[in-house]
Amino acid sequence: MTDTGTIVAFWALAALTLGAAVLAATTRNLLHAVLALILSFIGVAGLYITLSADFVAVAQVLIYAGAIAVLIIFAIMLTPNAGRRNDETFFRLPALGIAAVMASTLAAVGVATDWPQATRGPFTETSQAIGEAMLNQYILPFEIASVLLLVAMLGAIVIVRED
Amino acid sequence: MNPLTLSLSKGTELFLAEWWDIRDLGNPVARFLELVDDAGGPDWLPYVISGVIGILAITGWLVTSQLAFVWIERRLISRIQVRVGPNRVGPMGLLQPVADAIKLLTKEAITVQAADRWVFWLAPSLVVLPALLAFAVVPFGEQMVLADLSVGVLFVIASSSLATIAVFMAGWSSNNKYSLLGAMRSVAMFISYEVPQVMALLAITIFTSTMSLSGIVNWQEEYHVWFIFLQPLAFLVFLIAGAVEVNRSPTDISEAESEIVAGYHTEYSGIKFGFFYVAEYFATFGIAAVGVTLFLGGWTLFGLEEWIPGWMLFLGKVYGFFFLFIWSRGTLPRLRIDQLMSFAWKFLLPISLVNVLLVGLEVLLWQENGLSAGLVLPIFAVVNFAMAGLLIYAWAKLMRPLSQRAPRVRLMQEVGAIVYGQEAEA
Repeated sequence: MTDTGTIVAFWALAALTLGAAVLAATTRNLLHAVLALILSFIGVAGLYITLSADFVAVAQVLIYAGAIAVLIIFAIMLTPNAGRRNDETFFRLPALGIAAVMASTLAAVGVATDWPQATRGPFTETSQAIGEAMLNQYILPFEIASVLLLVAMLGAIVIVRED
Repeated sequence: MNPLTLSLSKGTELFLAEWWDIRDLGNPVARFLELVDDAGGPDWLPYVISGVIGILAITGWLVTSQLAFVWIERRLISRIQVRVGPNRVGPMGLLQPVADAIKLLTKEAITVQAADRWVFWLAPSLVVLPALLAFAVVPFGEQMVLADLSVGVLFVIASSSLATIAVFMAGWSSNNKYSLLGAMRSVAMFISYEVPQVMALLAITIFTSTMSLSGIVNWQEEYHVWFIFLQPLAFLVFLIAGAVEVNRSPTDISEAESEIVAGYHTEYSGIKFGFFYVAEYFATFGIAAVGVTLFLGGWTLFGLEEWIPGWMLFLGKVYGFFFLFIWSRGTLPRLRIDQLMSFAWKFLLPISLVNVLLVGLEVLLWQENGLSAGLVLPIFAVVNFAMAGLLIYAWAKLMRPLSQRAPRVRLMQEVGAIVYGQEAEA
């Protein structure tokens, strides 16, 4: 990160991501929370672009902003009383506990990892390398993930089947 | 004489020398950018200028085409339906779109009292964005592309998947059950038809081994074949999924006026409705542009691009592609939502999966044995055409007993359909 453009983009995108994330966590309206979360996802995609990871950035938009968000939207639509205020809940303490555990884990990883410094070289094509890695070196995890998703899909079909 | 004026005069000479050649619309722009680069400004200036020029050119073209096609579509649909259509405003009704635009701009944009105000205002402006984004990677001519991304195809899919969210925001924030039904239908439809569409585009990228749209055009030019001949099944799947994605009749069930008033934009009026209207046209142009680039050779026409500017060929093809949508709108009845959903999952997805397998085998045979393209590609075309026909016929035959089963009343009523003769016991 040497040139001004990247630095400006990084701070703007980081502010967008974190601001949207805070909004998603604090707003009382479920749908507003989802919309803020989508904005946060898009901010993360922008951060990937500043790291020259074009494939990952587009996949982030496609999968998180396009698919995961739609999944959450479906969950909201199938929730009774989704439009009510959500601050009256006795799950507050367990939620705080889980959030604290998650946050401390992430912080520990962040501190313990020796982060490599990104060098802003020319835009290289990453999709081919990713494809080759997935179908050669990491073929087994790739296939296991596919089978897992297939099983999840079949399970969903079995659950909603009427007859 | 300072270096700035020197390079300016040098640039003007180049600029004028090339200006007469209308075949290269991109050439003067490239000259201008070189000039800016030579003038010694900051590095980012040429990028910003080229971005601004590109965005203005594309948006200007889209708006004019949209205005023209509002009129063309209404006249053509009228002809199909044996009536006259708009013919009062201006000669042959040519000024009708302008009158419509003025009407939309001046009408009151009502905000419903119980609406979710912020989301209600945000949705119409967001819905236009994804439709415009796709044009960033579409090459209008040789080197006439705003951003030649190496992941162009994926970018097109990703940007079109964002449209769902804007539509859902509109439907939810209106606080109206018909709007919500329309939004829910739209979301369900989008995610269903995205899958076969991705499979269709995957078949193309396996052949070209690049995801850049310019790269795909170049591949088609290099091997003198369009993908519509090499991949008829993928083209068909893309066309159907595209029609569903842009929400046009016969697949416009998320705004089906005979069932749910106007779906997700029921509560919108004035220019806020205008945005949805414009977004539909922009998205249709987007699908047409991507379809032309991927399946119809983009700005090439078997050597004719030497004589006619490539961007003219491209625009001609885009308008022709748009005509397909108008034609199907005028001739086909609207589908029922359960038919549309099961068509995606039970028909399009399996046959496009088989198609991907077939393409993979063909490319493997071709690349591993080092066969010459001139020999293999015609054989592939014939095989793919035969397989497309066979697959469609066999699958339809296989699925017939299933499709004649009584529709599932409860699921359909949940999505807002009325099944005549099978009303559920209350």
